[in-house]
Amino acid sequence: MPELSYREAVREALSEAMRRDEDVFILGEDIAEMGGSMGVTQGMLDEFGPERVRNTPISEMAIVGVGIGAAMQGMRPVVEVMYEDFTTLAMEQIVNQAAKHRSMSGGQVKVPLTIRTQGGAGWSPGAQHAQQLEAWFVHVPGLKVVFASTPTDVRGLLLASIYDDNPVMFFEHRTLYPIKEEVPDELEPIPLGRARVHREGDDVTVVATGRLVHEALAAAVDAEEQGVSVEVVDPRTLQPLDEDTIVSSVKKTNRCVVAHEAVTKMGFGAEVAAVVQHEAFDYLDAPIERVGARFAPIPFAPVMEEWVVPHAADVLAAVLRTVGKDV
Amino acid sequence: MAKVEQRGEVSQELLREFFRELLLIRRFEEEVEERFRAGELPGFLHVAIGQEAVAVGVCRALEDDDVIASTHRAHGHTLAKGTHPNELMAELYGKVEGCSGGFGGSMHLYDLERGNLGANAVVGGGLPGIAGAALAFTFREEPRIAVAFFGDGATNIGTFHETLNLAQLWRLPALFVCEHNGWAESTPAHQHLPIEDLTHRAKAYGMRAVSVDGQDVEAVYRATLDAAEHARSGRGPVLLVCNTFRLVGHYIGDPQVYRPKDEVRRLRETEDPLTKLRERLELSDQELEELESEVAAIVEGSVEFAKAGTDPDPEDALRNVYA
Repeated sequence: MPELSYREAVREALSEAMRRDEDVFILGEDIAEMGGSMGVTQGMLDEFGPERVRNTPISEMAIVGVGIGAAMQGMRPVVEVMYEDFTTLAMEQIVNQAAKHRSMSGGQVKVPLTIRTQGGAGWSPGAQHAQQLEAWFVHVPGLKVVFASTPTDVRGLLLASIYDDNPVMFFEHRTLYPIKEEVPDELEPIPLGRARVHREGDDVTVVATGRLVHEALAAAVDAEEQGVSVEVVDPRTLQPLDEDTIVSSVKKTNRCVVAHEAVTKMGFGAEVAAVVQHEAFDYLDAPIERVGARFAPIPFAPVMEEWVVPHAADVLAAVLRTVGKDV
Repeated sequence: MAKVEQRGEVSQELLREFFRELLLIRRFEEEVEERFRAGELPGFLHVAIGQEAVAVGVCRALEDDDVIASTHRAHGHTLAKGTHPNELMAELYGKVEGCSGGFGGSMHLYDLERGNLGANAVVGGGLPGIAGAALAFTFREEPRIAVAFFGDGATNIGTFHETLNLAQLWRLPALFVCEHNGWAESTPAHQHLPIEDLTHRAKAYGMRAVSVDGQDVEAVYRATLDAAEHARSGRGPVLLVCNTFRLVGHYIGDPQVYRPKDEVRRLRETEDPLTKLRERLELSDQELEELESEVAAIVEGSVEFAKAGTDPDPEDALRNVYA
């Protein structure tokens, strides 16, 4: 099995889709000669040329909108929005156009568009380059939302997203690009809407996304030393959400922690908590705990940034609270 | 025969067809006003009375497989691009038989088969998508063009500038048709435009721009043929500014308190595109009467069709959210 970084895994999914299908092309800022601000598309210009690896002006509305229009003609564009903070600039096109064309047209139109973007704290970029905004998009009927946490997942989920007939918001995390993993020889799509159980456990279910999957796995190791067995579930697709896998897990463990890097308040974790309390109310032995960022714009100074976003220790503390242990 | 080959004289026969389409849109819109006032149509509606010549002149100059994106004032464009009045009226009544299956309504009219990629209720919202359609045509080496309709108000919004910039940069086969009626809802041009000549907008992007009398259907038609040929032959997009007049309020029922009282009446006498064409047309009073009856029957038929249409099941709302 080849070892790939998360960054290489994204590139492989894009490249493979473009080799297989001439309807697939990529467009975004600095993605050609520079290979993307995160280096994801390095080398792709040489293989596919400037028509299919299209550098664009800094025009998020137009980039996303062009993707929408090309997708409506049956192409499968993959737009890169350099930072998810900049999806704010394209919000109208994403929310009013991409998400609604199918419904508004009474089912005449399809928008097979993938919008890749990335973000996340941990490197002191300040408040406008480190947000986690995935929860904004899960609230919009018509969009699918993916947040991959490992090289294997990011590769398979991106391929599935490109071939999905709906607009997909595809979130990558800035600090995950260098992580490496052995991936299957064959590049196969991973169906959207299926969670992955990363680690089985008996006492507490941690539902984690993005970087927090890795923090949760680290916390699980620490918890085990204290005699607490943790199951880690990564939904991978936030919309549609694999409620069955999450609820089944909580019915087994009777406790639930939800963990993401985005701010806790009004977050994706609140939806997971609502689903769990409704579907597994009688199984719960403790209040559902939420782990996420504090309610502040991400500050610049490293000490403040680190304090605002959650880490393994925060997940561990939440896990221990559910079993009545204090850290 | 490709329409670009039909240049030279616009025949009386073609002008007569134009007139019939203008008349159909006018009478259709008048009926819509009446049905709305009678409380039969939900939502709120913007009719294209006064701007019919832009819709007809542009759409008649396009090939059948060219595509358009329309605006909140979409009935005229939709009819001119070939959607049957029955399907349009049924949509306005919220019926399954409507051109958007009752999901869209007046401001979200779609007809994919006839190249209508959707009317947009967000000012400027449809422009980027039109550039995307044009890009797809380029990729596939198809000799098609994509056309965005929008108003002068939309030339102040970011999508307009980002899209024109990108479309010119990539020499996309697109037309940007500005229906310059001098109003952004209730705000007059002098309060929202720092320039008078909107073709200047295109200069910043090095884009070809043409200004035309939007009340003269023949002029719009000719200008569109030229622009379409330019775009189709790979020489890049064109901004076509059609100077037109909204001979009604922004929406049906708009008291137009912001507009001089006699302005609409005066403009209806001097700037009605139907009157302007009628003057040039060899059309006897009797022929006009016959045409009126024919169009009246079509419009009446569309109301009957719509009223007899099927109401969607409430839970149909969940269909078509995802493909």
